[in-house]
Amino acid sequence: MSLAGQSESVNAQFSAAEVGDFLALLKPRVMSLVVFTAFVGLILAPVPMHPVMAFTALLCIAVGAGASGALNMWYDADIDARMQRTSARPIPAGRVLPGEALGFGLLLAGFSVVILSLLVNLVAGALLAFTIFFYVVVYTMWLKRSTPQNIVIGGAAGAFPPMIGWAAATGGVSLESVMLFLIIFFWTPPHFWALSLYRADDYARAGIPMLPVVCGERETRRQILLYTLILVPLGVAPWFLGFTGPVYGAVAIVTGALMLALAIRLLSDRSDRAAKHLFAFSILYLFLLFAFLLIDRVVGAHLGFLG
Amino acid sequence: MSVMSEPQDQTGIVLTEEQKRRRRARSVAIAVSLGILAVLFYLVTLVKGPGVLQRPL
Repeated sequence: MSLAGQSESVNAQFSAAEVGDFLALLKPRVMSLVVFTAFVGLILAPVPMHPVMAFTALLCIAVGAGASGALNMWYDADIDARMQRTSARPIPAGRVLPGEALGFGLLLAGFSVVILSLLVNLVAGALLAFTIFFYVVVYTMWLKRSTPQNIVIGGAAGAFPPMIGWAAATGGVSLESVMLFLIIFFWTPPHFWALSLYRADDYARAGIPMLPVVCGERETRRQILLYTLILVPLGVAPWFLGFTGPVYGAVAIVTGALMLALAIRLLSDRSDRAAKHLFAFSILYLFLLFAFLLIDRVVGAHLGFLG
Repeated sequence: MSVMSEPQDQTGIVLTEEQKRRRRARSVAIAVSLGILAVLFYLVTLVKGPGVLQRPL
């Protein structure tokens, strides 16, 4: 009996993970936004890229982002288990062993950085390595559990992908790519704090010092508005500085005004609904900005070609 | 293989059918990934030609 019991406990340590569980570790929804913004950075760059090289760069960026997600889930398994939103993730649900997620994440991080560096260029590879380091070590291990500024500083990790895409095409960094970085960087706090307003209980239970938990909802609403006030002019800046055309400018002004209106309404409207509206619209806002940067460039190139 | 075909009452880890199926699925996924990697290197080598080894900063 004791032998059977022992064998059972050893067996419990043997992986029962489906392939899909490993794919879930890659945070596919975050990855899709990363790939999209990296793609826009790559297309906006003034140097055309061979399709095979562009595909290679995007694949490496996608895998690097996935590796960050897996390492984040490995480190955060304890708090993920305590939060409703994340309790069904592969590790807290018991479908993937922590060690498997760690090995998987490290392997993918190493491969994505080395292959991007060798096949595309070293600047892009170095930026990808720094992004993974920033998300896993600076954000996940250090800031997330220690300060309400966690997502403000940690948001830099999510803002790097268009710079990596740009660097993959040009081999460098420039004002335009820094501007793409700044748009996402200042977009992250209003986006995440809107979510944290109606998930504050969840974060409090997990002991994560999100702004509404530490400084209260009123301060959070004020901070959301302040960051939106910086974000909206930044969204218009690519047109203002002449990098893109008037169609982008119009979209940036109209959607920016809507962002601002929702942030202002949030000051007086204390309902979860208002926060959810801002959260949902912030995703659409960022998507539209980048989509129209892309459309502007592609249509502009065609008109230039025809004319 | 010879070790695997020892009598079942041997102590140690005995995988259930489900665990074997999942392990096989994971192995196939790893094989597919390696295949994609090989094709990727092949295509990049074709695109870059002799310049494949030149990586200026």
